[in-house]
Amino acid sequence: MVPLSWYIVLSAIVFSIGVFGFLARRNLIIVFMSVELMLNSVNISLVAFSHYLQSMRGQILVFFIITVAAAEAAIGLAILIAFYRNNPTIKVDEINLLKG
Amino acid sequence: MLKYTLIPLLPLISFIINILFGRSIIKSKAHWIAIPAVAGSFVLALSAFMDVMAGNVININVYTWILSGNFQVPVGFLIDQLTAIMLIVVTSISTLIFIYSVGYMHGDGGYYRFFAYLSLFVFSMLVLVMANNFLLLYFGWEAVGLCSYFLIGFWFHKKSAADAGKKAFIVNRFGDFGFGLGVILVFLTFGSLEYTQVFSNANIALGQTINILGTDVDLITLICLLLFCGAVGKSAQMPLHVWLPDAMEGPTPVSALIHAATMVTAGVFLVARCNPLFSLSHTAMNTVAIVGGVTAIFAASIGLVQNDIKRVIAYSTVSQLGYMFLALGVGAYSAAIFHLYTHAYFKALLFLGSGSVIHALHDEQNMQNMGGLKKYMPVTYAVFIIATLSITGIPGLAGFFSKDEILWRAYLGGELGRGMWLLGTVAALMTAFYSWRLIYLTFHGKFRGTHEKEHHLHESPKVITVPLMFLAVGAVLAGYVGIPPLLREHGDRIGEFLAPVLGHPQGEGSHSEELMVMGASIFVALAGWGVAYMMYVKNAELPKKIGSMFRPIHNLLYNKYYVDELYSKTFVQPILKMSDKVILGFFDAKIIEGIVNGVPNLIGAFSRQFRKVQTGLLSNYGLAMALGALAIIGYVIFMR
Amino acid sequence: MTLPQAFFAYIGGMIVVLSLLVVTRKNPVHSVMWMLLLFVHIAALYLFLNAEFLAAIQIIVYAGAILVLFLFVIMLLNLRKEETEKRFQRQWPFGAGIGVVLAVFFVLIVGKIDVIPPLGQYSIDAIRSEGHIMTVGKVLYTEFLLPFEIASLILLVAIIGAVVLAKKRVE
Repeated sequence: MVPLSWYIVLSAIVFSIGVFGFLARRNLIIVFMSVELMLNSVNISLVAFSHYLQSMRGQILVFFIITVAAAEAAIGLAILIAFYRNNPTIKVDEINLLKG
Repeated sequence: MLKYTLIPLLPLISFIINILFGRSIIKSKAHWIAIPAVAGSFVLALSAFMDVMAGNVININVYTWILSGNFQVPVGFLIDQLTAIMLIVVTSISTLIFIYSVGYMHGDGGYYRFFAYLSLFVFSMLVLVMANNFLLLYFGWEAVGLCSYFLIGFWFHKKSAADAGKKAFIVNRFGDFGFGLGVILVFLTFGSLEYTQVFSNANIALGQTINILGTDVDLITLICLLLFCGAVGKSAQMPLHVWLPDAMEGPTPVSALIHAATMVTAGVFLVARCNPLFSLSHTAMNTVAIVGGVTAIFAASIGLVQNDIKRVIAYSTVSQLGYMFLALGVGAYSAAIFHLYTHAYFKALLFLGSGSVIHALHDEQNMQNMGGLKKYMPVTYAVFIIATLSITGIPGLAGFFSKDEILWRAYLGGELGRGMWLLGTVAALMTAFYSWRLIYLTFHGKFRGTHEKEHHLHESPKVITVPLMFLAVGAVLAGYVGIPPLLREHGDRIGEFLAPVLGHPQGEGSHSEELMVMGASIFVALAGWGVAYMMYVKNAELPKKIGSMFRPIHNLLYNKYYVDELYSKTFVQPILKMSDKVILGFFDAKIIEGIVNGVPNLIGAFSRQFRKVQTGLLSNYGLAMALGALAIIGYVIFMR
Repeated sequence: MTLPQAFFAYIGGMIVVLSLLVVTRKNPVHSVMWMLLLFVHIAALYLFLNAEFLAAIQIIVYAGAILVLFLFVIMLLNLRKEETEKRFQRQWPFGAGIGVVLAVFFVLIVGKIDVIPPLGQYSIDAIRSEGHIMTVGKVLYTEFLLPFEIASLILLVAIIGAVVLAKKRVE
């Protein structure tokens, strides 16, 4: 048998890679993909918990997370396109409209 | 119970309605709300009076106002014999003056405001007299002060009126400060503010002393003197009398209601109400008597030479209030209340009469520009004569009985009382003189004003003259409840009525002495009349001659002993100067503005640096968020 | 090492390597391709955990829909010159540090899990007896009916939002 902790460690490593990608990359699309990566890592641990606890809830939650991820990707990319139309750049460190 | 609560509540309702809807809806119909309200109070007060006559003393708590530990203050009403009489005086005079105001204030821009303030005033005064504890009394006390400020400064666009309002308010503050301290001291001493508890335990304060700045002061004397401070301020006694003559800037009904009949008598009421305390302190009683006696003659002497018709009456008021304090000081509380009650009628009559004159002359107040109004204004003239006969103490009218009672009680009050009696009698002489001088200057001789004004002379409308007639009836008959026992057995019914609250006056005198005192006061009344007749009717040149002969004295009196100037030099100017230099120049400019400007500058400088944190870059925010998450996880792992 | 453990080691190792490839490739198209492979491995992991339906969803929704959307956007924006520029921001060492520390923290947390809730009714045999899809469906349409409906609303909002945002303004 594979112990539960292996899954969690795997999930943690993937999540951390996602965090790294989110914080380090300049390309906004890759940043988005890092977010997806983090969501997936959470999904892994949820499914693992679901399996080991013999409960369905984890999987249902994954189901909803996938739904939200799809919606988020659609909206996020739409915003990206709308933004790119006005400011032709998707470099995270060149976008500072929030600066006060 | 509701009945008694409604007595002060009706005027309050009238005030609220008038102040809220007066400008937009009610406008010149304001009296349709105010007069029924105050008349309703009068009817209820009469019924309360009947209840008290039947022997019930009403003491009800309506509502718990303040509850903090053992400090309890209810909104409660005590209606005993003293309050019952005050209620009748306040509500009856108010009703008549409200009716009078309909005529007098007709067409004024602030008509609704006037009735709103008058209603508020009546409410405050009723709370003042009906309170069953010191704090509620204090509330009423301050509220009447506030109303008097509103009403004196009613024509606030006139600078002198606005100033007079401020002066009244500020001068009263001096007295009220003492009064407030007195109330606190009462609570500290007796552990309660309710009359019944304080007065029944009055003896425990006896012989106690309190240490002030290293000297031991008799506690009960201190309490009484502090309370008396408030009374001096409100009742315009020396040395805080300066506001009352200036208060004549207000509309005449206000002068009549507040500055003659009701508010200024609050001080007298206070001392009478606190008689169980005052009776314990000889020093306080003597102070009251001396202040009263000196004020009586001091104010009367100023009244001799004033030319403004309302100021003469104002000084007369101060002087008559002096009489009342004189009576209180010699322990004749019921005599003081008796005089308060008769004085309310004839003084209101004098004021409203002068208002009628002023109204007819289109706001002319200088008596030197009047004269010969007798034939134009017969009703006003008649009521003026009645009021004057009454105030000067001509036998058979109200003023005679009460004033005679005071002088007789003073005469019995030991050596000090004897001196005070002398002062009072001299003041009575002066009173007679200036009262008749006022009559002769105003109504006799030839008209000295412009032709324009002479052309417009007319008797005032019914709505003004009818209240005058009612008051005239009061000025004649009010005294018959207090006929001296000398003239009729058991004639002093008001004294008997008030005895449960105020006790019986001390001292016994023979009938011959009493007749002598009575004779003296009748003599001075007639003498003053005679002198006035000589000077202003028989020989009109005489006043000028005498005036120039005794020019320094005349100037001294005419300028009111320079008291205002003295206060201005000693208090007002230094305070203004200090305010300008220290408060405005240093405190306001440096400290307050330093803080006000410094704080934003500091914040601005700080934010200019701090703003750099906000890079606007998504990743920086993400980094901060991740660090925060790390911190939380770290806490969960390592700290728990 | 048992066979399942060996399988997990392969899948897990691949997932980590592919994740690293996703976040480090310069060309976003390459990243998407690696991600596709990553999702397939994750789907395999789901299968390994007896969640067939989720594995299918993973492939269909993530690989089939979301990644295609990413590809669309990349093509749409035509980001040729991006490839020549720096791929990391200046703060990337911080990102790396935080990532490492976070991983360590998570691993430490694993050792701290000491409360194991009671096992539920959905054992492997129970799921097998009626099939995974039916089990998920039953739970989803009974216990989680309301969240399910809300999820559909979220999708609706996302559709409308995406259209409104991405549409060219017609002046």
